[in-house]
Amino acid sequence: MIELGTQSDIKLINEEGLRIDGRKFNELRPIKIEVGVLNRADGSAYIEWGGNKVLVAVYGPREAFPKHTQNPSRAIINARYNMAAFSVDDRKRPGPDRRAVEISKVIGEALECAVFTEQFPRTSIDVYIEVLQADAGTRVAGLTAASVALVDAGIPMRDMVVGCAAGKVDGKVVLDLNKEEDNFGQADLPMAIIPRTQEIVLLQMDGNMTREELEEAVELSKKATMYISDLQKEALLAKYKSQEQEKEGEHGE
Amino acid sequence: MSKSADEIVYGLKREYLAKICAEGSRIDGRKFDETREAIVNTNFVPRAEGSAEVRLGNTRVLVGIKIEQGEPFPDTPNSGILTTNAELLPMASPTFESGPPSEDAIELARVVDRGIRESKMIDLEKLVIKEGEKVWVVFIDMHILDYDGNLIDACSLAAVAALLEAKVPASKIGSEDFPLPINHVPITVTFAKIGSTMVADPNLEEEEVESARLSVATNENGAVVAMQKGLGGSITREDLFSAVDTSIKVGKDIRKRVLGR
Repeated sequence: MIELGTQSDIKLINEEGLRIDGRKFNELRPIKIEVGVLNRADGSAYIEWGGNKVLVAVYGPREAFPKHTQNPSRAIINARYNMAAFSVDDRKRPGPDRRAVEISKVIGEALECAVFTEQFPRTSIDVYIEVLQADAGTRVAGLTAASVALVDAGIPMRDMVVGCAAGKVDGKVVLDLNKEEDNFGQADLPMAIIPRTQEIVLLQMDGNMTREELEEAVELSKKATMYISDLQKEALLAKYKSQEQEKEGEHGE
Repeated sequence: MSKSADEIVYGLKREYLAKICAEGSRIDGRKFDETREAIVNTNFVPRAEGSAEVRLGNTRVLVGIKIEQGEPFPDTPNSGILTTNAELLPMASPTFESGPPSEDAIELARVVDRGIRESKMIDLEKLVIKEGEKVWVVFIDMHILDYDGNLIDACSLAAVAALLEAKVPASKIGSEDFPLPINHVPITVTFAKIGSTMVADPNLEEEEVESARLSVATNENGAVVAMQKGLGGSITREDLFSAVDTSIKVGKDIRKRVLGR
Protein backbone atom coordinates (compact mmCIF):
# COMPACT_ATOMS: atom_id res chain seq x y z
CA MET A 1 0.00 0.00 0.00
CA ILE A 2 1.12 3.51 -0.65
CA GLU A 3 1.56 5.65 2.41
CA LEU A 4 0.53 9.23 2.00
CA GLY A 5 3.06 11.93 2.66
CA THR A 6 6.08 9.68 2.32
CA GLN A 7 8.44 8.85 -0.52
CA SER A 8 6.98 5.88 -2.30
CA ASP A 9 8.10 3.42 -4.94
CA ILE A 10 5.37 4.34 -7.40
CA LYS A 11 6.68 5.59 -10.69
CA LEU A 12 5.20 8.91 -11.70
CA ILE A 13 6.93 9.04 -15.08
CA ASN A 14 7.16 5.94 -17.29
CA GLU A 15 9.89 4.77 -19.69
CA GLU A 16 8.39 6.78 -22.56
CA GLY A 17 8.58 9.91 -20.43
CA LEU A 18 4.81 10.08 -19.98
CA ARG A 19 3.18 10.99 -16.66
CA ILE A 20 0.54 8.93 -14.83
CA ASP A 21 -2.26 10.80 -16.57
CA GLY A 22 -0.54 10.38 -19.95
CA ARG A 23 0.77 13.93 -20.25
CA LYS A 24 4.20 15.00 -21.47
CA PHE A 25 6.46 16.98 -19.11
CA ASN A 26 5.39 20.31 -20.63
CA GLU A 27 1.69 19.57 -21.09
CA LEU A 28 -1.13 21.27 -19.22
CA ARG A 29 -4.26 19.55 -18.02
CA PRO A 30 -7.42 20.59 -19.93
CA ILE A 31 -8.64 24.05 -18.91
CA LYS A 32 -12.11 25.49 -19.41
CA ILE A 33 -13.14 29.00 -18.34
CA GLU A 34 -16.66 30.47 -18.27
CA VAL A 35 -17.58 34.09 -17.56
CA GLY A 36 -20.62 35.63 -15.88
CA VAL A 37 -21.90 32.46 -14.25
CA LEU A 38 -23.50 34.10 -11.19
CA ASN A 39 -26.44 36.52 -11.19
CA ARG A 40 -25.97 38.68 -8.10
CA ALA A 41 -22.21 39.19 -8.21
CA ASP A 42 -20.77 42.21 -10.04
CA GLY A 43 -18.47 39.83 -11.87
CA SER A 44 -17.95 36.09 -11.85
CA ALA A 45 -16.08 33.24 -13.47
CA TYR A 46 -15.87 29.48 -13.29
CA ILE A 47 -12.79 27.46 -14.11
CA GLU A 48 -12.24 23.75 -14.60
CA TRP A 49 -8.57 22.87 -14.63
CA GLY A 50 -7.93 19.13 -14.66
CA GLY A 51 -9.98 17.92 -11.69
CA ASN A 52 -10.13 21.39 -10.12
CA LYS A 53 -13.49 23.14 -10.13
CA VAL A 54 -13.34 26.70 -8.84
CA LEU A 55 -15.99 29.42 -8.76
CA VAL A 56 -15.10 33.09 -8.31
CA ALA A 57 -17.34 36.07 -7.53
CA VAL A 58 -16.29 39.73 -7.44
CA TYR A 59 -18.17 42.45 -5.56
CA GLY A 60 -17.18 46.11 -5.73
CA PRO A 61 -15.62 48.53 -5.72
CA ARG A 62 -17.88 49.21 -2.71
CA GLU A 63 -17.40 51.07 0.57
CA ALA A 64 -14.83 49.21 2.61
CA PHE A 65 -16.14 47.85 5.87
CA PRO A 66 -15.20 47.94 8.74
CA LYS A 67 -14.25 51.57 8.27
CA HIS A 68 -10.74 51.32 9.69
CA THR A 69 -9.79 49.05 6.76
CA GLN A 70 -10.39 51.91 4.33
CA ASN A 71 -7.36 53.32 2.58
CA PRO A 72 -7.76 57.03 1.73
CA SER A 73 -5.61 56.73 -1.38
CA ARG A 74 -6.68 53.45 -2.95
CA ALA A 75 -9.00 50.45 -2.96
CA ILE A 76 -8.15 47.41 -0.87
CA ILE A 77 -8.39 44.01 -2.49
CA ASN A 78 -10.03 41.56 -0.15
CA ALA A 79 -9.51 38.07 -1.53
CA ARG A 80 -11.01 35.10 0.28
CA TYR A 81 -9.93 31.63 -0.80
CA ASN A 82 -12.16 28.94 0.63
CA MET A 83 -12.23 25.18 0.16
CA ALA A 84 -15.53 23.36 0.36
CA ALA A 85 -15.63 20.64 3.01
CA PHE A 86 -16.33 18.06 0.28
CA SER A 87 -13.66 19.26 -2.15
CA VAL A 88 -10.98 16.85 -0.92
CA ASP A 89 -10.70 13.13 -0.10
CA ASP A 90 -10.92 13.54 3.68
CA ARG A 91 -13.57 16.08 4.65
CA LYS A 92 -12.03 19.45 5.40
CA ARG A 93 -13.35 21.29 8.43
CA PRO A 94 -15.28 24.30 7.10
CA GLY A 95 -13.97 27.81 7.64
CA PRO A 96 -10.61 29.43 7.03
CA ASP A 97 -7.55 27.55 8.28
CA ARG A 98 -4.04 28.96 8.30
CA ARG A 99 -3.35 27.68 4.81
CA ALA A 100 -6.43 29.46 3.45
CA VAL A 101 -5.46 32.70 5.20
CA GLU A 102 -2.02 32.60 3.59
CA ILE A 103 -3.34 31.72 0.13
CA SER A 104 -5.96 34.48 0.36
CA LYS A 105 -3.21 36.94 1.23
CA VAL A 106 -0.90 36.04 -1.67
CA ILE A 107 -3.76 35.93 -4.18
CA GLY A 108 -4.98 39.37 -3.05
CA GLU A 109 -1.46 40.75 -3.33
CA ALA A 110 -1.03 39.31 -6.82
CA LEU A 111 -4.28 40.92 -8.03
CA GLU A 112 -3.27 44.21 -6.41
CA CYS A 113 -0.32 44.36 -8.84
CA ALA A 114 -2.72 44.48 -11.78
CA VAL A 115 -5.76 46.46 -10.58
CA PHE A 116 -5.71 50.28 -10.77
CA THR A 117 -6.58 50.48 -7.07
CA GLU A 118 -5.74 54.19 -6.87
CA GLN A 119 -8.90 54.95 -8.89
CA PHE A 120 -11.19 53.82 -6.06
CA PRO A 121 -10.06 55.26 -2.71
CA ARG A 122 -11.77 54.03 0.49
CA THR A 123 -13.39 51.08 -1.26
CA SER A 124 -12.87 47.38 -1.18
CA ILE A 125 -12.92 44.99 -4.09
CA ASP A 126 -14.02 41.65 -2.69
CA VAL A 127 -12.93 38.50 -4.50
CA TYR A 128 -14.54 35.28 -3.27
CA ILE A 129 -12.85 32.11 -4.47
CA GLU A 130 -14.67 28.86 -3.75
CA VAL A 131 -12.86 25.62 -4.45
CA LEU A 132 -15.62 23.09 -5.13
CA GLN A 133 -13.29 20.26 -6.05
CA ALA A 134 -9.53 20.26 -5.48
CA ASP A 135 -6.94 18.47 -7.61
CA ALA A 136 -3.64 20.33 -6.94
CA GLY A 137 -2.98 23.82 -8.24
CA THR A 138 -6.15 25.34 -6.78
CA ARG A 139 -4.52 28.67 -5.92
CA VAL A 140 -3.32 29.33 -9.48
CA ALA A 141 -6.64 28.13 -10.92
CA GLY A 142 -8.50 30.43 -8.50
CA LEU A 143 -6.25 33.38 -9.29
CA THR A 144 -6.59 32.84 -13.05
CA ALA A 145 -10.38 32.78 -12.75
CA ALA A 146 -10.36 35.75 -10.35
CA SER A 147 -8.69 37.97 -12.97
CA VAL A 148 -11.42 37.06 -15.45
CA ALA A 149 -14.13 37.77 -12.88
CA LEU A 150 -12.56 41.19 -12.19
CA VAL A 151 -12.80 42.04 -15.89
CA ASP A 152 -16.39 40.80 -15.89
CA ALA A 153 -17.05 43.23 -13.01
CA GLY A 154 -15.67 46.05 -15.15
CA ILE A 155 -12.73 46.80 -12.88
CA PRO A 156 -9.87 48.57 -14.68
CA MET A 157 -6.62 46.60 -14.75
CA ARG A 158 -3.20 46.82 -16.36
CA ASP A 159 -3.62 43.25 -17.60
CA MET A 160 -5.15 39.94 -16.51
CA VAL A 161 -3.01 38.03 -14.04
CA VAL A 162 -2.40 34.41 -15.05
CA GLY A 163 -1.23 31.64 -12.78
CA CYS A 164 0.36 28.27 -13.40
CA ALA A 165 2.43 25.81 -11.39
CA ALA A 166 5.47 23.72 -12.25
CA GLY A 167 7.34 21.29 -10.08
CA LYS A 168 9.63 18.30 -9.85
CA VAL A 169 8.46 14.72 -10.17
CA ASP A 170 10.73 11.64 -10.25
CA GLY A 171 13.65 14.06 -10.49
CA LYS A 172 12.26 15.76 -13.63
CA VAL A 173 10.90 19.28 -13.97
CA VAL A 174 7.27 19.12 -15.13
CA LEU A 175 4.42 21.54 -15.76
CA ASP A 176 1.13 21.69 -13.85
CA LEU A 177 1.27 18.93 -11.21
CA ASN A 178 -1.82 16.83 -10.54
CA LYS A 179 -2.75 15.56 -7.09
CA GLU A 180 -0.60 12.41 -7.11
CA GLU A 181 2.37 14.32 -8.46
CA ASP A 182 1.90 17.00 -5.83
CA ASN A 183 1.72 14.41 -3.04
CA PHE A 184 4.65 12.28 -4.14
CA GLY A 185 6.77 14.77 -6.11
CA GLN A 186 9.83 16.62 -4.88
CA ALA A 187 8.87 20.24 -5.47
CA ASP A 188 5.98 22.53 -6.30
CA LEU A 189 6.30 26.08 -7.61
CA PRO A 190 3.08 28.03 -8.06
CA MET A 191 3.63 31.25 -9.96
CA ALA A 192 1.59 34.04 -11.54
CA ILE A 193 2.59 36.73 -13.97
CA ILE A 194 1.31 39.80 -15.72
CA PRO A 195 1.62 38.63 -19.37
CA ARG A 196 2.21 42.04 -20.95
CA THR A 197 5.24 42.89 -18.79
CA GLN A 198 6.22 39.38 -17.71
CA GLU A 199 6.40 40.63 -14.11
CA ILE A 200 6.09 37.92 -11.45
CA VAL A 201 3.25 38.75 -9.06
CA LEU A 202 2.87 35.48 -7.17
CA LEU A 203 5.65 33.07 -6.38
CA GLN A 204 5.86 30.34 -3.81
CA MET A 205 7.89 27.19 -3.71
CA ASP A 206 8.37 24.17 -1.51
CA GLY A 207 10.45 21.08 -2.00
CA ASN A 208 13.97 20.81 -3.32
CA MET A 209 15.30 22.25 -6.58
CA THR A 210 18.69 23.29 -7.87
CA ARG A 211 19.06 26.73 -9.42
CA GLU A 212 19.02 25.13 -12.90
CA GLU A 213 15.82 23.19 -12.19
CA LEU A 214 14.27 26.37 -10.88
CA GLU A 215 15.10 28.17 -14.13
CA GLU A 216 13.54 25.33 -16.14
CA ALA A 217 10.40 25.38 -13.99
CA VAL A 218 9.99 29.16 -14.30
CA GLU A 219 10.41 28.94 -18.09
CA LEU A 220 7.84 26.12 -18.40
CA SER A 221 5.30 28.06 -16.35
CA LYS A 222 5.91 31.29 -18.22
CA LYS A 223 5.26 29.63 -21.59
CA ALA A 224 2.11 28.00 -20.26
CA THR A 225 0.76 31.26 -18.85
CA MET A 226 0.84 32.81 -22.31
CA TYR A 227 -1.44 30.03 -23.54
CA ILE A 228 -3.76 30.29 -20.50
CA SER A 229 -3.89 34.06 -21.03
CA ASP A 230 -5.45 33.40 -24.45
CA LEU A 231 -8.03 31.09 -22.84
CA GLN A 232 -9.00 33.92 -20.46
CA LYS A 233 -9.56 36.30 -23.38
CA GLU A 234 -11.50 33.71 -25.37
CA ALA A 235 -13.78 33.11 -22.38
CA LEU A 236 -14.54 36.83 -22.13
CA LEU A 237 -15.12 37.09 -25.89
CA ALA A 238 -17.47 34.11 -25.79
CA LYS A 239 -19.66 35.86 -23.21
CA TYR A 240 -19.95 39.07 -25.23
CA LYS A 241 -20.49 37.20 -28.48
CA SER A 242 -23.42 35.29 -26.98
CA GLN A 243 -24.88 38.57 -25.71
CA GLU A 244 -24.62 40.06 -29.21
CA GLN A 245 -26.41 37.05 -30.66
CA GLU A 246 -29.20 37.38 -28.13
CA LYS A 247 -29.65 41.03 -29.07
CA GLU A 248 -29.75 40.24 -32.78
CA GLY A 249 -32.33 37.54 -32.07
CA GLU A 250 -34.57 40.12 -30.36
CA HIS A 251 -34.37 42.48 -33.36
CA GLY A 252 -35.37 39.67 -35.71
CA GLU A 253 -38.71 39.14 -34.00
CA MET B 1 -7.91 64.75 -2.76
CA SER B 2 -6.14 65.87 0.42
CA LYS B 3 -3.17 64.00 1.75
CA SER B 4 -2.36 63.43 5.37
CA ALA B 5 1.06 64.40 6.75
CA ASP B 6 1.87 60.70 7.12
CA GLU B 7 1.26 60.05 3.46
CA ILE B 8 3.45 62.96 2.41
CA VAL B 9 6.31 61.79 4.65
CA TYR B 10 5.84 58.25 3.36
CA GLY B 11 5.97 59.42 -0.25
CA LEU B 12 9.14 61.45 0.37
CA LYS B 13 10.79 58.58 2.19
CA ARG B 14 9.99 56.15 -0.59
CA GLU B 15 11.38 58.49 -3.21
CA TYR B 16 14.51 59.12 -1.17
CA LEU B 17 15.22 55.45 -0.50
CA ALA B 18 14.58 54.50 -4.13
CA LYS B 19 16.91 57.28 -5.23
CA ILE B 20 19.82 56.25 -3.01
CA CYS B 21 19.29 52.59 -4.01
CA ALA B 22 19.48 53.61 -7.67
CA GLU B 23 22.75 55.35 -6.82
CA GLY B 24 24.09 52.17 -5.27
CA SER B 25 23.71 52.72 -1.53
CA ARG B 26 21.36 51.92 1.38
CA ILE B 27 20.11 54.05 4.21
CA ASP B 28 22.30 52.31 6.80
CA GLY B 29 25.34 52.10 4.52
CA ARG B 30 25.12 48.35 3.79
CA LYS B 31 25.77 46.79 0.40
CA PHE B 32 22.69 45.43 -1.42
CA ASP B 33 23.56 41.81 -0.56
CA GLU B 34 24.81 42.56 2.94
CA THR B 35 22.74 41.35 5.90
CA ARG B 36 22.82 42.92 9.35
CA GLU B 37 24.96 41.30 12.02
CA ALA B 38 23.12 38.37 13.56
CA ILE B 39 23.72 37.47 17.19
CA VAL B 40 22.40 34.11 18.33
CA ASN B 41 22.05 33.36 22.02
CA THR B 42 20.94 29.76 22.56
CA ASN B 43 19.53 28.15 25.69
CA PHE B 44 17.94 31.45 26.68
CA VAL B 45 15.03 29.60 28.30
CA PRO B 46 16.48 26.46 29.90
CA ARG B 47 13.00 25.21 30.84
CA ALA B 48 12.19 24.80 27.15
CA GLU B 49 13.57 21.78 25.28
CA GLY B 50 15.47 24.22 23.08
CA SER B 51 15.54 27.99 22.67
CA ALA B 52 17.34 30.79 20.92
CA GLU B 53 17.23 34.54 21.04
CA VAL B 54 18.27 36.23 17.82
CA ARG B 55 19.17 39.85 17.29
CA LEU B 56 19.30 40.84 13.66
CA GLY B 57 20.34 44.48 13.82
CA ASN B 58 17.72 45.95 16.15
CA THR B 59 15.15 43.24 15.45
CA ARG B 60 14.92 40.87 18.37
CA VAL B 61 13.03 37.57 18.49
CA LEU B 62 12.89 34.64 20.87
CA VAL B 63 12.06 31.11 19.80
CA GLY B 64 11.27 28.33 22.22
CA ILE B 65 10.94 24.65 21.37
CA LYS B 66 8.71 22.38 23.40
CA ILE B 67 8.63 18.68 22.64
CA GLU B 68 5.73 16.62 23.95
CA GLN B 69 4.13 13.25 23.32
CA GLY B 70 1.11 13.14 21.10
CA GLU B 71 -0.84 11.11 18.58
CA PRO B 72 0.44 10.98 14.99
CA PHE B 73 -1.71 12.24 12.13
CA PRO B 74 -3.70 9.32 10.68
CA ASP B 75 -2.08 9.74 7.24
CA THR B 76 1.48 9.75 8.65
CA PRO B 77 1.58 7.08 11.39
CA ASN B 78 5.38 6.74 11.06
CA SER B 79 6.25 10.36 11.53
CA GLY B 80 6.64 12.86 14.35
CA ILE B 81 4.84 16.19 14.12
CA LEU B 82 6.20 19.69 13.58
CA THR B 83 4.10 22.73 14.32
CA THR B 84 5.01 26.41 14.12
CA ASN B 85 3.37 29.46 15.62
CA ALA B 86 4.26 33.16 15.66
CA GLU B 87 3.17 35.86 18.11
CA LEU B 88 3.59 39.48 17.07
CA LEU B 89 3.65 40.79 20.64
CA PRO B 90 2.21 44.29 21.10
CA MET B 91 5.40 45.17 23.03
CA ALA B 92 7.41 44.85 19.79
CA SER B 93 5.82 47.65 17.79
CA PRO B 94 3.09 50.29 18.07
CA THR B 95 1.50 48.68 15.02
CA PHE B 96 1.05 45.22 16.61
CA GLU B 97 -2.19 44.53 18.43
CA SER B 98 -3.13 41.78 20.83
CA GLY B 99 -5.79 39.31 19.84
CA PRO B 100 -5.99 36.35 17.47
CA PRO B 101 -3.06 35.94 15.04
CA SER B 102 -3.14 38.41 12.16
CA GLU B 103 -2.65 37.51 8.51
CA ASP B 104 0.95 38.67 8.85
CA ALA B 105 1.60 36.43 11.85
CA ILE B 106 0.11 33.44 10.05
CA GLU B 107 2.17 34.07 6.92
CA LEU B 108 5.33 34.51 9.02
CA ALA B 109 4.75 31.22 10.84
CA ARG B 110 3.98 29.36 7.62
CA VAL B 111 7.01 30.70 5.74
CA VAL B 112 9.36 29.78 8.62
CA ASP B 113 7.68 26.37 8.90
CA ARG B 114 8.03 25.75 5.15
CA GLY B 115 11.80 26.38 5.21
CA ILE B 116 12.28 23.90 8.05
CA ARG B 117 9.80 21.30 6.84
CA GLU B 118 10.69 21.29 3.13
CA SER B 119 14.44 21.20 3.79
CA LYS B 120 13.73 18.03 5.83
CA MET B 121 15.86 19.57 8.57
CA ILE B 122 14.44 17.27 11.25
CA ASP B 123 14.22 13.53 10.63
CA LEU B 124 10.60 13.22 11.76
CA GLU B 125 10.57 9.47 11.19
CA LYS B 126 12.98 9.09 14.09
CA LEU B 127 10.45 10.75 16.42
CA VAL B 128 8.07 7.80 16.59
CA ILE B 129 7.51 6.29 20.07
CA LYS B 130 4.95 3.68 19.05
CA GLU B 131 3.96 3.41 15.41
CA GLY B 132 0.50 4.78 14.74
CA GLU B 133 -0.08 5.56 18.42
CA LYS B 134 2.48 7.84 19.97
CA VAL B 135 5.00 10.24 18.49
CA TRP B 136 6.98 13.29 19.60
CA VAL B 137 5.38 16.60 18.69
CA VAL B 138 7.84 19.48 18.15
CA PHE B 139 6.31 22.90 18.88
CA ILE B 140 8.17 25.92 17.52
CA ASP B 141 6.85 29.05 19.22
CA MET B 142 8.20 32.37 18.01
CA HIS B 143 7.93 35.55 20.03
CA ILE B 144 8.64 38.88 18.38
CA LEU B 145 10.12 41.16 21.03
CA ASP B 146 11.39 44.16 19.09
CA TYR B 147 10.48 44.87 15.47
CA ASP B 148 13.01 46.57 13.23
CA GLY B 149 12.27 44.73 10.00
CA ASN B 150 12.74 41.28 8.46
CA LEU B 151 11.02 39.00 10.95
CA ILE B 152 11.11 36.10 8.50
CA ASP B 153 14.91 35.80 8.55
CA ALA B 154 15.27 36.54 12.28
CA CYS B 155 12.63 33.94 13.18
CA SER B 156 13.95 31.35 10.71
CA LEU B 157 17.45 31.69 12.10
CA ALA B 158 16.23 31.55 15.71
CA ALA B 159 14.06 28.52 15.01
CA VAL B 160 16.92 26.66 13.31
CA ALA B 161 19.36 27.57 16.10
CA ALA B 162 16.88 26.45 18.76
CA LEU B 163 16.15 23.16 16.95
CA LEU B 164 19.89 22.44 16.63
CA GLU B 165 20.18 22.67 20.44
CA ALA B 166 16.90 20.98 21.32
CA LYS B 167 16.75 17.74 23.28
CA VAL B 168 13.88 15.25 23.08
CA PRO B 169 12.79 14.64 26.71
CA ALA B 170 12.75 10.85 26.40
CA SER B 171 13.64 10.48 30.09
CA LYS B 172 9.96 11.20 30.76
CA ILE B 173 9.13 7.80 29.22
CA GLY B 174 12.02 5.93 30.80
CA SER B 175 14.66 6.32 28.05
CA GLU B 176 17.48 8.80 27.79
CA ASP B 177 17.08 12.33 26.44
CA PHE B 178 18.49 12.65 22.93
CA PRO B 179 19.19 15.56 20.59
CA LEU B 180 16.70 16.13 17.78
CA PRO B 181 17.79 14.11 14.73
CA ILE B 182 19.04 16.76 12.26
CA ASN B 183 19.57 16.11 8.55
CA HIS B 184 19.91 19.58 7.03
CA VAL B 185 20.37 23.22 8.01
CA PRO B 186 18.14 25.59 6.01
CA ILE B 187 18.84 29.33 5.95
CA THR B 188 16.27 31.85 4.74
CA VAL B 189 17.26 35.17 3.19
CA THR B 190 14.63 37.82 2.49
CA PHE B 191 14.86 40.64 -0.03
CA ALA B 192 12.98 43.91 -0.37
CA LYS B 193 12.32 45.47 -3.74
CA ILE B 194 12.91 49.22 -3.49
CA GLY B 195 12.54 51.09 -6.77
CA SER B 196 14.14 48.56 -9.12
CA THR B 197 16.70 47.25 -6.63
CA MET B 198 16.57 44.07 -4.52
CA VAL B 199 18.20 44.55 -1.12
CA ALA B 200 18.88 41.72 1.34
CA ASP B 201 17.67 41.75 4.94
CA PRO B 202 15.62 44.98 4.86
CA ASN B 203 15.43 47.02 8.06
CA LEU B 204 12.15 48.61 9.14
CA GLU B 205 12.65 51.83 7.15
CA GLU B 206 13.30 49.79 4.01
CA GLU B 207 10.35 47.49 4.72
CA GLU B 208 8.07 50.49 5.03
CA VAL B 209 8.79 51.53 1.44
CA GLU B 210 9.33 48.14 -0.26
CA SER B 211 6.96 47.28 -3.12
CA ALA B 212 7.57 43.53 -3.00
CA ARG B 213 9.26 41.02 -0.76
CA LEU B 214 10.93 37.73 -1.65
CA SER B 215 12.18 35.07 0.76
CA VAL B 216 14.42 32.24 -0.45
CA ALA B 217 15.41 29.31 1.78
CA THR B 218 18.37 27.16 0.76
CA ASN B 219 20.08 24.12 2.26
CA GLU B 220 23.78 23.42 2.76
CA ASN B 221 24.01 21.89 -0.75
CA GLY B 222 22.90 25.14 -2.34
CA ALA B 223 19.47 23.76 -3.33
CA VAL B 224 16.40 25.97 -3.00
CA VAL B 225 13.89 24.42 -0.57
CA ALA B 226 11.23 27.12 -0.14
CA MET B 227 10.28 30.52 -1.51
CA GLN B 228 7.63 33.11 -0.83
CA LYS B 229 6.91 36.33 -2.66
CA GLY B 230 4.88 38.86 -0.69
CA LEU B 231 3.17 42.25 -1.00
CA GLY B 232 1.32 43.97 -3.82
CA GLY B 233 4.28 44.73 -6.08
CA SER B 234 5.95 42.56 -8.69
CA ILE B 235 9.44 41.20 -9.30
CA THR B 236 11.21 40.32 -12.53
CA ARG B 237 12.83 37.06 -13.52
CA GLU B 238 16.21 38.73 -13.03
CA ASP B 239 15.22 39.86 -9.52
CA LEU B 240 14.28 36.27 -8.71
CA PHE B 241 17.52 34.68 -9.85
CA SER B 242 19.77 37.35 -8.37
CA ALA B 243 17.94 36.76 -5.07
CA VAL B 244 18.44 32.99 -5.40
CA ASP B 245 22.17 33.46 -6.02
CA THR B 246 22.57 35.85 -3.09
CA SER B 247 20.56 33.58 -0.82
CA ILE B 248 22.82 30.61 -1.60
CA LYS B 249 25.91 32.74 -0.91
CA VAL B 250 24.64 34.44 2.26
CA GLY B 251 23.21 31.12 3.52
CA LYS B 252 26.65 29.49 3.36
CA ASP B 253 28.17 32.39 5.24
CA ILE B 254 25.54 32.42 8.02
CA ARG B 255 25.67 28.63 8.40
CA LYS B 256 29.42 28.81 8.95
CA ARG B 257 29.92 32.10 10.75
CA VAL B 258 26.80 32.31 12.92
CA LEU B 259 25.82 28.68 13.48
CA GLY B 260 29.30 27.15 13.19
CA ARG B 261 28.03 24.42 10.82
